[in-house]
Amino acid sequence: MTPELTVEIREKRFPTPDGMTRTVLHDISFRSRLGEFIAIVGPSGCGKTTLLNIVAGLDTDFSGAVLLDRRRPNRVRIGYVFQQPRLLPWRTVLENVMLVLPEGAGERARRLLQEVGLGEALETYPSRLSIGMARRAAIARAFIVEPELLVMDEPFVSLDAATADRLRLLLLRLWRSHPTGALLVTHDLREAVTLADRILLLSDAPGRLLADVAVPLARHARTDAAAIERIHGEIAAEQRRLFAAEPPPQRIPTRAI
Amino acid sequence: MTISTGDASITAAEAAAAKPVARALPYRLASFAVLLAVWEIAAHCAHLRALPSVETVAVVLGEEIRDGALPFHLAVTLARVLVAFLVAMAGGVAIGLAMGRWWRVDLLLDGWIIVLLNLPALVIAVLFYVWFGLTDAAAVGAVALNKLPLVAMTMREGARALERDYAEMAEVFHVPRWRRFRHVVAPQLVPFVLVATRSGLALVWKIVLVVELLGRSDGIGFQLQLYFQLFDVPRILAYALAFVAVVQLIEWGLLQPLERRVLRWRR
Repeated sequence: MTPELTVEIREKRFPTPDGMTRTVLHDISFRSRLGEFIAIVGPSGCGKTTLLNIVAGLDTDFSGAVLLDRRRPNRVRIGYVFQQPRLLPWRTVLENVMLVLPEGAGERARRLLQEVGLGEALETYPSRLSIGMARRAAIARAFIVEPELLVMDEPFVSLDAATADRLRLLLLRLWRSHPTGALLVTHDLREAVTLADRILLLSDAPGRLLADVAVPLARHARTDAAAIERIHGEIAAEQRRLFAAEPPPQRIPTRAI
Repeated sequence: MTISTGDASITAAEAAAAKPVARALPYRLASFAVLLAVWEIAAHCAHLRALPSVETVAVVLGEEIRDGALPFHLAVTLARVLVAFLVAMAGGVAIGLAMGRWWRVDLLLDGWIIVLLNLPALVIAVLFYVWFGLTDAAAVGAVALNKLPLVAMTMREGARALERDYAEMAEVFHVPRWRRFRHVVAPQLVPFVLVATRSGLALVWKIVLVVELLGRSDGIGFQLQLYFQLFDVPRILAYALAFVAVVQLIEWGLLQPLERRVLRWRR
């Protein structure tokens, strides 16, 4: 039911203001297994959001290919949780969620919003929501389309620790009841360990795949702080080793178009 | 800034927003009273024929309303305003959005817009009367053409200001085209449409009178010209006042409630 994701990015370049181009991503290939939760971890500015936009089909100007089974991303139901919630400020919470649904699916939207704890805020405009509540609404919007692939861009950034923890648990709960392949971008390795089955470590810009690590933690053990801490330590050490082995940072190559 | 109206579907947020408005009403009335007082004093000090007193104008106003002349000419002018306004808005919105959306259209039309913006209203009006005869179509067309470039400029800015983030959101979630326009694009354009409406109406009011004065035999502009030639200052003031009152009514009764309604999500 959930398709297998194949990502093969040879290179992604952006034009620079001086008429040259700058490479932001190169040599990133991976394949997801059925219903797998993958976290992409890398330093800020390494092209993580660009990578997500390519996977979600928002950016098609790159060399390589992204396929879900045999379909291009724009033919797949994708639930995207953006870094900013991107709720329409002129529509209520309920209307924002209904926007992405077929007509007449209001009951489902209401139920899901209740499930994420926004039952009292259905008719509220986003400007009156706390950032945590806005994030909940954005998560509900991503799940309501019954996504074949869930894509999340730092969905818990700029929340206080307690709220972020609650939202992570909410995400896991929803994900368990609506199983789907998931791709999460974060700079927080601990968060990646808590949520993901597998972690892709990216290099400094231009982003390149450094390592593909499995998280040896059962699904029911995701609240086991000690285990998370231990695995986080191991992967962090691995990440430091990989970064140390990187060639010293150099000027990002630019070239004429 | 606004005054409260009998809108049945008023929400709590709107009621809250309307509160300072109710408080503003005494100030509005006071400022109007000051105007009347200054007028009355000036009328008694100055030459009576050039500046009639408030009562004189009020009596004349009553006469003009009773014999049906003022309502008739006002209706004629309002009809012209309405048609010219709608034509200019429709054309200007379409052209402006196209210019904001496609750079080729922008380059093609930009020069025309600048020329039209700077062409005096009088020139357009005179040329239209010369080319198309002293008809209502020419009058209304001239007014519409005067206003259209302003609307187009405003809407071009609107189209350029569309938030990419929301467009991406709609794209990734496969929001159907019409729904995308209605819920994602149109609400972002509303403030620009309101600005165009505001500035547009203000302009249309003025130019319609000029066009009527030049080449029509009815409407407020025609009446003003007639009484100017007769040097009938009370009637000039009566017509001008009636016209201003109607403009204010539309502003308070129509534009401001509409604005509050469509922008009620703002905090």
